[in-house]
Amino acid sequence: MSSSYRSIIRDGLWTQNMVFAQMLALCPLLAVTGTATNGLGMGLASTAVLLCANVAVALIRNWVSPSVRIPIFIVIIASLVTLVDMAMNAWLYELYQVLGLFIALIVCNCGILGRAEAFASKRPVAAAAVDGLAMGIGFTLALVVLGAVRELLGSGTLFADARLLLGDAFHFMEITLIPEYSGFLLMVLPPGGFLALGFLMALQRAWETRRAKQTAASAVTETGV
Amino acid sequence: MDMATRRAAWFNTIWYPMVALGCVTLIAGAALALAHRITAPAIIAVETRTLVASLSQVLPPDVADHDVFSDPVELIGPGGQVLTVYRARHDGEIVAVVFQQVARGYAGPIHLVMGVDRSGQVTGVRVTRHSETPGLGDKIEIRRDPWITSFTGRSLHDGTRWGVNKDGGDFDEFSGATITPRAVVAAVKDGLHWFEQQQPHLLATEDPIHE
Repeated sequence: MSSSYRSIIRDGLWTQNMVFAQMLALCPLLAVTGTATNGLGMGLASTAVLLCANVAVALIRNWVSPSVRIPIFIVIIASLVTLVDMAMNAWLYELYQVLGLFIALIVCNCGILGRAEAFASKRPVAAAAVDGLAMGIGFTLALVVLGAVRELLGSGTLFADARLLLGDAFHFMEITLIPEYSGFLLMVLPPGGFLALGFLMALQRAWETRRAKQTAASAVTETGV
Repeated sequence: MDMATRRAAWFNTIWYPMVALGCVTLIAGAALALAHRITAPAIIAVETRTLVASLSQVLPPDVADHDVFSDPVELIGPGGQVLTVYRARHDGEIVAVVFQQVARGYAGPIHLVMGVDRSGQVTGVRVTRHSETPGLGDKIEIRRDPWITSFTGRSLHDGTRWGVNKDGGDFDEFSGATITPRAVVAAVKDGLHWFEQQQPHLLATEDPIHE
């Protein structure tokens, strides 16, 4: 793997993470992350759209004039979202009943238009595909982590109803960590999303700051100053 | 003129954006039409399956000697809308009917399906769709709380007080959520009133004449 792909992947998963670094796509993020399973479902649906949108935009990038690029990108993204919506309605009906309302909202996930505009419209198809996948997985990770925190604090379980998403074989993922837990409703409701996201971001910033300090310290010792 | 300048010249014409957007829209439209043709049968099948499952939940097992889903009739419902009523027959006689009812919940409509037998007794109620507060109002779901089964066996004239405890009725409210159970109780009661009004039509062995 060339170093440019590696940096695209690192950007997507961590340094340019759609949620924790760019703070984009917070609307679907806060709306669906009441449980880790919902987060995973929304993340996978968004990843599929992001990957396909990036590839489509990269394919036609030489034929799109600057004046119509935004409407064209939006038509592509909206069509892909509708396709995902239909497919989920047909083949993942139980999950669709939970997430259905929010799938259409992927259209206004500014992160997807952002990747089309900032990356895919300027890069070859392969790089755009890698970027779409990496950004999507980064977004999915953020959704799952936030969903897991809220679900654990809110209802004491993890990955409840995972079998609706992944099939009966994944029943083992459904864990009740705190039995007889009466629940902390605030975490399941939208304000809990904001709270959990705020604390997770603080954690990520603290980690980054510490690492930057360590790097600086080791650079100082190496130069012998 | 080289390729790049020629392309820049095209891009600047008035018709280029129109043609480009037109082409993209055409392709997107075709893709959606194709996807609709592929998914439509599966969507209808899964919705039918969900409906059949909810129908069988509100009827006692083995009450009908045929497929209830295949025996629908359309009537004017309690809210003035067209309502599909499914009939359970035994030896040709209608023993119970199942229909959908909508309650005005705290956070939007609560869709119910309820079954009523010949004598006007509730055979079962289930919530099929709602957007009530998670952790509070969602106790109306059977998988979270058995509350919804407290309707089973009740009727308008068996002495049941149709209200929540707080209003002097026989049904429990949930701590922190009174509006939701109140709405469900009222909707089931309305459904029973409607059943009583429509009883001759609903229980007629022959189909009512459609106008």
